[in-house]
Amino acid sequence: MSNNKDYVHPYIPNSVPEVKAKMLEVIGVKDIEELYDDIPDNLRFKGELNLPEALPSEFSLKKHVESILSKNKTCQEYTSFLGGSCWPHYIPAICDEINQRSEFLTAYAGEPYEDHGRFQALFEYESLMAELLDLDVVNVPTYDWCQAVSTSMRMAERITRRGEVLVVDTVAPDRLLAIRNYCKPTVKVALVKHSPETGLIDLDDLKKKMSGDIAGVYIENPSFLGFIETQGQEVADIAHKNGALSIVGVDPGTLGVIAPPSHYGADITCGDIQPLGIRMNYGGALAGFIATRDEEKFVMEYPSRLFGISKTAVDGEWGFGDVAYDRTSFGVREKGKEFIGTGTALWGITAAVYLSLMGPRGMKDLGKHIMQKSQYAIKKLSQIKGVKTPRFQSVHFKDFVVDFNDTPKPVSEINRFLLDKGIFGGRDLSRDFPELGQSALYCVTEVHSQDDIDTLVEVLNEYL
Amino acid sequence: MKGKIYVEEKYKLRENFHQAKWDEPVIFELHTPGERGILVPEVEPAIEEAVGDGVSAIPNNMVRKKGPALPEVSQMRVLKHFLRMSQQCLGADLNIDIGQGTCTVKYNPKINEILAGLPAATELHPWQDESTVQGALEIIYKMDQFLREISGMDRFTLQPSSGSHAILVMASMLHAYHESRGEAEKRDELITTIFSHPSDPAAAVVKGYKVITLYPGEDGLVNIEALKAAVSDRTAGLFITNPEDTGIFNPKIAEFTRIVREAGGLCGYDQANANGILGITRAREAGFDFCFFNLHKTFSAPHGCGGPGAGALGVTKDLIDFLPVPVVDFDGEKYSLNDDLPHTIGKTRGFYGVFPVILKAYAWIMSLGGKGLKEVARVAVMNNNYILENIKNLKGAASPYPAGKHRIEQVRYTWETLTRDTGVTTEDVTNRMVDFGFHLWASHHPFVVPQPFTIEPTESYSKDEIDEYLEGLKKVVEEAYENPERVKTAPHNSVVHKIDHSTFDDPKKWAITWRAYLKKHGQEDKK
Repeated sequence: MSNNKDYVHPYIPNSVPEVKAKMLEVIGVKDIEELYDDIPDNLRFKGELNLPEALPSEFSLKKHVESILSKNKTCQEYTSFLGGSCWPHYIPAICDEINQRSEFLTAYAGEPYEDHGRFQALFEYESLMAELLDLDVVNVPTYDWCQAVSTSMRMAERITRRGEVLVVDTVAPDRLLAIRNYCKPTVKVALVKHSPETGLIDLDDLKKKMSGDIAGVYIENPSFLGFIETQGQEVADIAHKNGALSIVGVDPGTLGVIAPPSHYGADITCGDIQPLGIRMNYGGALAGFIATRDEEKFVMEYPSRLFGISKTAVDGEWGFGDVAYDRTSFGVREKGKEFIGTGTALWGITAAVYLSLMGPRGMKDLGKHIMQKSQYAIKKLSQIKGVKTPRFQSVHFKDFVVDFNDTPKPVSEINRFLLDKGIFGGRDLSRDFPELGQSALYCVTEVHSQDDIDTLVEVLNEYL
Repeated sequence: MKGKIYVEEKYKLRENFHQAKWDEPVIFELHTPGERGILVPEVEPAIEEAVGDGVSAIPNNMVRKKGPALPEVSQMRVLKHFLRMSQQCLGADLNIDIGQGTCTVKYNPKINEILAGLPAATELHPWQDESTVQGALEIIYKMDQFLREISGMDRFTLQPSSGSHAILVMASMLHAYHESRGEAEKRDELITTIFSHPSDPAAAVVKGYKVITLYPGEDGLVNIEALKAAVSDRTAGLFITNPEDTGIFNPKIAEFTRIVREAGGLCGYDQANANGILGITRAREAGFDFCFFNLHKTFSAPHGCGGPGAGALGVTKDLIDFLPVPVVDFDGEKYSLNDDLPHTIGKTRGFYGVFPVILKAYAWIMSLGGKGLKEVARVAVMNNNYILENIKNLKGAASPYPAGKHRIEQVRYTWETLTRDTGVTTEDVTNRMVDFGFHLWASHHPFVVPQPFTIEPTESYSKDEIDEYLEGLKKVVEEAYENPERVKTAPHNSVVHKIDHSTFDDPKKWAITWRAYLKKHGQEDKK
């Protein structure tokens, strides 16, 4: 890199010595060092940061990063049956086209004038999700489902002025940990049992644990373990009878064919929009939504940005802006509802593109396709000797538990064998759900072909 | 004008600028029954034969009876609609985005987007066998190593999803730490400063803390006696930014952390404002127990209209066991996920962190190296002081707190004089700047500095561009004095005109979704 020795880095234009000299002259100092005169000597970092040698040429940088990434094996190279809160779905080309647009990608916090498009796109995201959920209020997306459900619980706490929430014990393990942390120390979290046969929430246990202290009851649909919870209305009735709220986490990708939580009594609906046009990105591209009815007591408890539609000084022009800004911590710091900052807006826009493309027919077709595929996979897998699936006697959407307890091999060994055959087997549940023994969570969506499923079955047959 | 503006003549303002204006309808207005945007793949006939239509299996009470009322729009029209909306949005790639102080809006290198868009990054499932994600784990591990060097801290978690989320994680760990010592209940106060981000106090409240906010004296800094008066055996910790949002570096910061730590509290460093001090000064030497960086700000990942971002939270040795899990380990041969930290607060998001953002930040650091990071800081500070020198000479504007003081990476200015002289407010100036293709931001609330505006030029913009922006400010000030109505009725060349804000705080009128709008305003529109 000898010719680059005294380079001006392409990202730092004013490193050009002549420019620097001109600017320093205006400032009235001889050296940039003088601008740091407020930093005492004992706080100055002496010497050079010990970081790898720079790769200022774009070519070298690309080679370097590609060489690291080439150590990964992707779900394109392998057939993956992993799901459970980060799912493989087909991504329409236009989703990537839009979320790579410079204007959206590099905008941040402009006003509703120069960033009119940002406000409108996110308003449309809220509006499209609202149709899917059949609710009138949806937030600008937060980090992920973990945050969305945690905030839903704190909203319930504030609305009911009660200090405990009940959570069904089939909840995703990550979410339970996040809920516990976010609720601590002011909201207690207690678990409600599920039926060992069907997986559904145990209504007797729920009734037993209900009291005047309960702010909300949380269930998921489909559950983390994949089955459709059919007792949503009963759960909501029990909660409401006791003055508590019903909170339901839902996979929005199911809602073309399955009833949204608002149809069975949910007061707060939450979940993740990753299945709506967003790539898996090693679990790093999640985005959480929260939705409610359009009632002041709910709206005023959101910590999130809520973009609303309005008119302008010119007839026929749409304008957009922040609804009830003064409830946020941006408006009133610690007196606001929880906190707000950078969320996951770009994924919200991506989901808006996805839902616009899919329309009602697309969402319905998707739901049907996935249910056919997963039922086919369940049927075929259950024919393997010793394999029981679904583990729970319920209807499943795209995730389902495969029970290997009656086979001679533990899941870890089965998965190692599958890996050698180019297959990522289902998630080993033995640590998070020890009561299920040697079981794994498999996922099948529209990206799996019949051949993918048949091959999995063949390989398992061969091994077991 | 009261003094000389140093911009060179050639940088003329874009007086004929007009932002793209498509007068684009809302997507629901494009609905044409029967149109399709995309088709779902067909299920193989053998599958249909084996299991039927699939949906008949759904229990009756769970069937969606009426499909969602999503619009039906053909593919090209959806594309066009969203492209038009994107054109009605002024990203940093297009504008001279120095007017969004505190947010470090810098160049987001395109090569990093290409790298983060490779299937080797996007097509990974977080539960894949560790042997198949060694590259991803290596990136996360090395970012931890880099950030340790940059901050002097002992270990980082890359799990937080933004700066505010990192504050929440920090507050959670603070609570867990005091709990481990049997002091969680007693230590229920969190100290911060008014020029630290609103999430510093707000996220602390989520963890049950009472907040004490310290205000600056005339020098822009919190008096050390005020800190001493606030500290007690109830102090859990101090969350503070430095330089504060005024761009003023607190030279007594090590004394601040010492006072809090001697009282048994811990100190968290909000490093959202780190861009001017990379390689210059570090959290470790200033006595902090925690510090966090916003990878979507200082480390160049794009802001995405408001995320996804990533917060990287570093801690000293004593706090490593409290970090959220998993962390990434390296045994010299292979990288692995480690869930086994004895006092872990658990998890704060799904999986391991915002991988695409982490990857972009990694690439940015690799492009610059240690020397480059320091040059980033130095040039960012030079650019900032160059702007300060110019704005000092701008009629109607001022930089509160001592004049003549150098600032680090940004300055919070005031239009107080302009408003008094002309009636033109910060909001008016902001709306008029839009007409020349610029964005100007006021400040977080509350407006401690009256009629505030905050400029942070970073290292990314050339002197020419900075001069063009200054020329814009100068022009708007001239107008304010000569023809204030022109400014007060702005924007004139933006996407839309003065927005009616009267509905946004009225529960009967606000409309957060299209369906709510139709319910509340559909009838009056028909008239």
